[in-house]
Amino acid sequence: MAKQLHIFVENKPGRLRAITDNLQKVGINIRAFAIQDRGDYGLMKLIVSNPEQAHLSLADMGCACALKDVLAVSIPDRPGNLHRLLSVLVDGGINIVDAHGFVLQPNQQGICILEIENLAQTNAEQVVRKAGFDVLGNDQLNNL
Amino acid sequence: MDIRYWNKDVETADVQKIRHLQLQRLKSIIASALKTPFYSRRLPSVGINSPDDIKTLDDLRRIPFTMKDDLRQNYPKGLLSVDTSEVVRIHTSSGTTGIPTVIYLSAKDLDAATDIMARSITATGAGRTDILQNMMSYGLFTGGLCMHYGAERVGLMVIPAAGGNTKRQVSLMNDFRTTVLHITPSYLLHIHSKLAEYGVKVGDLALKKAFIGAEPHSEGTRRKIEELFKIDAYNSYGLSEMNGPGVAFECVYKNDLHLWEDAYIVEIINPKTGQLVPDGQEGEVVLTNLIRHAMPLMRYRTRDLAFLHIEPCKCGRTHRRLSRILGRSDDMLIINGVNMFPSQIEEVVMKIPEVGNNYQICVEKDGALDRLIVKVELYSKMFLGEAKQIDNLKSKIGEELKASITIKPAIELHEPGSLPAFEGKAVRVVDTRPKL
Ligand SMILES: [Zn+2]
Repeated sequence: MAKQLHIFVENKPGRLRAITDNLQKVGINIRAFAIQDRGDYGLMKLIVSNPEQAHLSLADMGCACALKDVLAVSIPDRPGNLHRLLSVLVDGGINIVDAHGFVLQPNQQGICILEIENLAQTNAEQVVRKAGFDVLGNDQLNNL
Repeated sequence: MDIRYWNKDVETADVQKIRHLQLQRLKSIIASALKTPFYSRRLPSVGINSPDDIKTLDDLRRIPFTMKDDLRQNYPKGLLSVDTSEVVRIHTSSGTTGIPTVIYLSAKDLDAATDIMARSITATGAGRTDILQNMMSYGLFTGGLCMHYGAERVGLMVIPAAGGNTKRQVSLMNDFRTTVLHITPSYLLHIHSKLAEYGVKVGDLALKKAFIGAEPHSEGTRRKIEELFKIDAYNSYGLSEMNGPGVAFECVYKNDLHLWEDAYIVEIINPKTGQLVPDGQEGEVVLTNLIRHAMPLMRYRTRDLAFLHIEPCKCGRTHRRLSRILGRSDDMLIINGVNMFPSQIEEVVMKIPEVGNNYQICVEKDGALDRLIVKVELYSKMFLGEAKQIDNLKSKIGEELKASITIKPAIELHEPGSLPAFEGKAVRVVDTRPKL
């Protein structure tokens, strides 16, 4: 299962930079990121080259952060594919808490990072695989 | 000037007569105090074993001060002098921790407190034809009920509106032609800022007077209220431990507050040394309640800073006037008329496992009202990575604080280590409200 790093950040100038500064010093590569804005605070969500090491490095700095299991789904970058993925999840009664996506050039591969409600208690991975999507683990994400 | 008295003999009695009355009543209070677990230990320790050991008013100063902490340590019944079957009412107020302070009133005590309240109301010129909208909160807080009883005794028509719901308050004022308000100054200013929204003009209302209290305010604030509403605003002083409002009240001359000396012995002390300060100097107000027997309270340190006027008042009352409250000698916060201590907030937030080491209490003005913001740090090890956890935590902190301090502050969660640390002289309270 792919790991995403979630970091609690106050909504004030310079906070995100403090995090990227810490990670670049330990040689972590940020593959993708998203920010969930909650008004006075936000959650920074990172897909990184080495999630465990990044987690430890930020925790050492005193950050409130946690590693979360997420579903990383590979979808070819073509019209209708995200819709198809979402339909599969809805039909399977699986709820998305938060999601973000990115497209890798040059092979036009779309990656969708899905936070699933109570992921461990669902069969989300099987449902998605059964519909013909690739679900990526950490190593695969790192080697993209 | 329309000078009215509720009890002219007592209100205009010469000083000797008042002092004589104080001595008689003090002896009687000593007799009651000796029946309480608390004073029955404390008074004999300074050689007072019966009322006869008090020969002059100076003997009062042999009695040690009673502190808010004494009330806390003797909660709930350590200062009760009678069986609860004799008690007809209790009130509580915030303590420095989760333990509140409580007062008990017998039927006779309540009657005496009501009479003093009636005297206060009458001193402002208010009477039977007036309509009082009582906008202080009813319930455990003394502000609502004690005023209510006093106003009924004078014969005003009382609208027990209590606090909140500004729109309904204005409707009540309009529909029932309210002439007198009992309200905190900040709420009254807030109401003014809302009138246009409700399509009501000051001239549509029948207001003539406001009794303002429960929070410190400047002369400028009073003038502003008077000009905005075209009314007379009278300062009121009281505290729950002394039966609430009506300890001291302004007369029609609005030149500081007559402290009813037949009901309370007032001393002004240096809060550091405990010594009396010379007449007219600022210090901490220390009060002895002479009209409450179910729960005697002697030389109670109010922590309010004020001074006594020595010059007589034109109204003919001989009871000395207490200045408006100039500050506090402790760290009590007054937020929209509600009293609380930073230690109460600390006690609540530090018990929550997801909260980190540091917190900060911020008080600011939001229009005319006060706004309380409690800032806490998230404890990094308890973070699960979910926004839902953070939002639940914020509402949990808000609910638990409301249970302790009765109002719900805004809660801000901060990153670990981002608030000033406990070590050294961290500023725990940041109060940016304009100084009086
Ligand atoms: Zn006067």
